[in-house]
Amino acid sequence: MPREVGRQYKEILKKYIDSQSEEDLYVGQQFSRRFIEKQIAPEDVISIHKTALLELLPDLRDEVWISMDFLIEMMIHYGLTLREHQSLIRKQEILQMEMNVATKVQDTLLQTTSPNVKGLDVGWVSQPAHQMNGDYVYFLNENQHVASVAVADVMGKGIPAALCMSMIKFGMDGLEKGDTDPRAVLDIINRIVEKSVDNSMFISMFYGKYDARSSTFSYSSAGHEPALYFNAASGTFMELNAKGLLLGIKTDVVYEEHAVQMQDGDFIAMMTDGVTETRTEEGFIESESIQQLLESVRDQSAQKMAEHLYNELAGLQEYRLGDDFTIVIFKKNPEEV
Amino acid sequence: MNLQVELLEQDSIQYFKVIGEIDAFTAPILRERLTAVEGTPNLQAELDLSEVDYMDSTGLGVFVGFYKAVKANGGHVKITGLNRRLSRLFEITGLSEIIDIEKKESEDHDATI
Repeated sequence: MPREVGRQYKEILKKYIDSQSEEDLYVGQQFSRRFIEKQIAPEDVISIHKTALLELLPDLRDEVWISMDFLIEMMIHYGLTLREHQSLIRKQEILQMEMNVATKVQDTLLQTTSPNVKGLDVGWVSQPAHQMNGDYVYFLNENQHVASVAVADVMGKGIPAALCMSMIKFGMDGLEKGDTDPRAVLDIINRIVEKSVDNSMFISMFYGKYDARSSTFSYSSAGHEPALYFNAASGTFMELNAKGLLLGIKTDVVYEEHAVQMQDGDFIAMMTDGVTETRTEEGFIESESIQQLLESVRDQSAQKMAEHLYNELAGLQEYRLGDDFTIVIFKKNPEEV
Repeated sequence: MNLQVELLEQDSIQYFKVIGEIDAFTAPILRERLTAVEGTPNLQAELDLSEVDYMDSTGLGVFVGFYKAVKANGGHVKITGLNRRLSRLFEITGLSEIIDIEKKESEDHDATI
């Protein structure tokens, strides 16, 4: 086959030497693709050129042929580098495929279902900035009256973060019934995480539990952004702060637990720092802006509210998120009779 | 984005002055500098962040890792010069309870504790 390529190359070269026209040059350019397709190395291209020239213009001075041999030597390293480059591309394609598989596994492994509790409307959006999400939302629906949610942000991105999340998920799946008070949950997860992660890895987590029988929302936080509680009657927001250290730093952490009683129309927005640290050209977004955005759609469903906030804030960043973005909204609706 | 880390040694205290923004891109620079000393037994380290305007969770990770390593070797870490945004970050995460932190003097009055 190289001989065939060599023969064709000679024809094209001859035409160009005779005409020196743009068209024949263009034919040559097109032909160079065949070199690439057939993976002919740069030094072999020079070789083919030399052979063609020997047949077309055998009377050239010896110095020309000697210089051609010199050029062939020069090109050998280009050839090697090119082959390395091609093999890297192939490796990268394989890695990319593995990443795609890992992302699918992550999605399947970590999927969660919105809880179904009378009088509670739940909406959420969790959007990764890159391929794998470092934020994690997990719902527990203990019984028909109780719905809980964990909103977590794993420091570090990509695969280590994803592995860490599986740990959280299985930790929560293993919670025994009756032991699901927020402070107890964080304590258990902290023990699991602390044993298993390296020094510079940690997780922030907000855990909230809504009990429809008393309409109370109790919560604890492990170093996480405070949630926002909207009181519909007064039309005001309040930060739900609870002291507690990040997960995975040390054992025996005391997590505070607090509770609010929700009335119809009240809602609680739990977010990760991808929301509160939204950065635009003018600087960081203020907490008040987030509150205004939420309040402006307070009459809509929790899902619509979450989507509205996402669309507005992602829009501000021209849909190039700087960090993973997660918001979960628990909204109390009048119970249907 | 640039990050500068200057190291001074004064009376057996390793004093680091960090200048710039600490994020996923610059954190490795800081990590490298701190990792070099964190194994020293009884290390007394002071990190001056008064010229750091912004830090994300990757940066926090570097400090947590450093704190844990130094503590394990019997040393002490002190962080100084936090602006309001940074000190909020240390407070929310609960790190201000375990790491020795000194705020910017000018901003002491508006700190909420």
